[in-house]
Amino acid sequence: MTSAFPPAFILIFGALLIPFFKGKVKNCYVILLPAIAFYMISKVGVGSSWQIHFFGFDLTLLRVDKLSKIFGYIFTLNATVAFVYAFYVKDNNQHMAALFYIGSALGVVFAGDLVSLYFFWEIMAIASTFLILGRKTDKALHAGMRYVLVHIFGGLCLLAGIVIYITQTGSIGFDAMIQRNPATWLILIGILVNAAAPPMSAWLSDAYPEATVSGGVILSAYTTKTAVYTLIRGFPGWEILIVIGCIMTLYGIIYALLENDMRRILAYSIINQVGFMVAGVGIGTAMSLNGAAAHAFCHIIYKSLLWMSAGSVLYMTGKSKCTELGGLYKTMPLTLIFGTIGALAISAFPGTSGFTSKSLIIDGAVHEHLLWVWIVLEIASAGVFLHAGIKFPYFVFFAKDNGLRPGETNKTMLAAMGFMAFMCIFLGVYPKPLYDILPFEVHYQAYSISHVAAQMQLLMLSALVFFLFLPLLKRTDTVSLDTDWFYRKGGKLFYAAMDKGLNGVNSFCNTVFVLNLTTAIGRFFRKGPVKIAKLIIIPVRSILGDDRDKLAAVRARLDQAFETGSHPLGISAIAATLFFVMLFLFY
Amino acid sequence: MKDKKEFDYFDKPAVKRRLWILLFVVCALSVVPDIFVDRHPHFGFDGFIGFYAILGFVSCAVLILLSKLIGRILKVKEDYYD
Repeated sequence: MTSAFPPAFILIFGALLIPFFKGKVKNCYVILLPAIAFYMISKVGVGSSWQIHFFGFDLTLLRVDKLSKIFGYIFTLNATVAFVYAFYVKDNNQHMAALFYIGSALGVVFAGDLVSLYFFWEIMAIASTFLILGRKTDKALHAGMRYVLVHIFGGLCLLAGIVIYITQTGSIGFDAMIQRNPATWLILIGILVNAAAPPMSAWLSDAYPEATVSGGVILSAYTTKTAVYTLIRGFPGWEILIVIGCIMTLYGIIYALLENDMRRILAYSIINQVGFMVAGVGIGTAMSLNGAAAHAFCHIIYKSLLWMSAGSVLYMTGKSKCTELGGLYKTMPLTLIFGTIGALAISAFPGTSGFTSKSLIIDGAVHEHLLWVWIVLEIASAGVFLHAGIKFPYFVFFAKDNGLRPGETNKTMLAAMGFMAFMCIFLGVYPKPLYDILPFEVHYQAYSISHVAAQMQLLMLSALVFFLFLPLLKRTDTVSLDTDWFYRKGGKLFYAAMDKGLNGVNSFCNTVFVLNLTTAIGRFFRKGPVKIAKLIIIPVRSILGDDRDKLAAVRARLDQAFETGSHPLGISAIAATLFFVMLFLFY
Repeated sequence: MKDKKEFDYFDKPAVKRRLWILLFVVCALSVVPDIFVDRHPHFGFDGFIGFYAILGFVSCAVLILLSKLIGRILKVKEDYYD
């Protein structure tokens, strides 16, 4: 096809024109860009490609297959709705950063080779940082700096892996990695940093909650899901991913249960949900890979919805801590309803999109007879309802009324949430359109009485536990230490060590050499000769019988002589002779 | 006097009690289909009635207690890093 070209270009080059638009036209323009990209992706045929010769390589900037298409669809769909949500945002920088970010995420998804993948990967890291910095608070600035440093680390691992890989194989093509060697491991580590796999996970819960209201919505979708895409493409069936995925699901729940900030709860639940996808990739069968892709698709929708509802609360109240919120159902009923639909979807409540997508992953584990994986994923499914399904809506909209009466959020935000809520339910009751675009052919029936009953038991008992254990879940005004401790406190420790260590050596040298030694030498050369002269002359004169007055006079004369440099010629001559004699004797 | 009474349905003790009852009823109802429907236990031990209910209850209780325990070590004041 000649008309096909990378959809990333629409967003990236389109972003450059933003400063030429004003007011509402600008907001309409940014909504239009991803919508056009969505349309384009729907029209481009499987198998199309677009290449360019660059850096001495044939770079494939467009590789269209079902896997890249499904991610392309959801990335552009989500972007369109997110920009409707962000209709109130006037800040050019935020719009441009968002479009660069989403555009480069599309670039990664459609990249057919490792070089262009890396290129877009890094643009993504940098553009996304500006969505955090856009909040313009000190906290956001610091979190953004930590965020970009972690991503530079991940990017360097990826780059090192890619360079070794290309040198070894001579090919830049990006397909399933079969060999397990340092190159592929490095690539995997680079990707897992973006997937927020522990221990490199803390950047997500550290940075996303500090982003702007609409920035948080956009961030929640792309970085981790491009990582999921790259894993599906490059690392299907790598067993280690099953273990990592299972750890992520439980890690996300436990930290979300401890958390007080509503957007941080949602950040941890991203890690939990991505864990399901990573485990699905690790299982590596057609069914579980389909599950990972489908779950990423649905996850982007309901997670955006959840971030939108939390964003609305933050937008209206300026608060995001559960200890300061509560009782908002009275004045924000629509936000509550939409948020709850998102919360039900993430919990895979029957009738919502989470149910029709997550089941594919869990059944994928069952089909492979992976007992422990299945148990962990079921436990995690129950736990999702605890931390995201109930905890988030309960503490924000119900619980203790803190007297906030903000009123409902603005209409475009509500419209965006309404659409996402509709999608959650639509894909829950009629998943066929989703199943049709999955990378592998699907013959799957999510709904059976036993399956629905099993899920309902899991969720309802989980709800029961939540309310029975409510006193234990009381919110406290705290944060929880995570792996970012090592670079936040460790960084300070390193700084202190360097400060005390190197600066200590410095000041020691200063005291010893500059201040003391040089003055001592100076003093020696200034006062030394007169002292030596006195040491020799005074005893000699006292032996010769000089009394005290005479000696004092001699001292005074010596002092004066050395100060003015006016010595009797004879003495100078004797001293010089003595000096030469000593030289002669010793050398 | 306020001209419009605030919507505070969920703050009423009677409503809270009703919701508790509803929750218990739904929990009980969710187990009912197990009695009638032919289930397909995958691993042998997961075939008995109410398996998922017990799994849900136990795993959530353990998760909460575990997080409570971990929280004792990991929870720090809001301004810890400042």
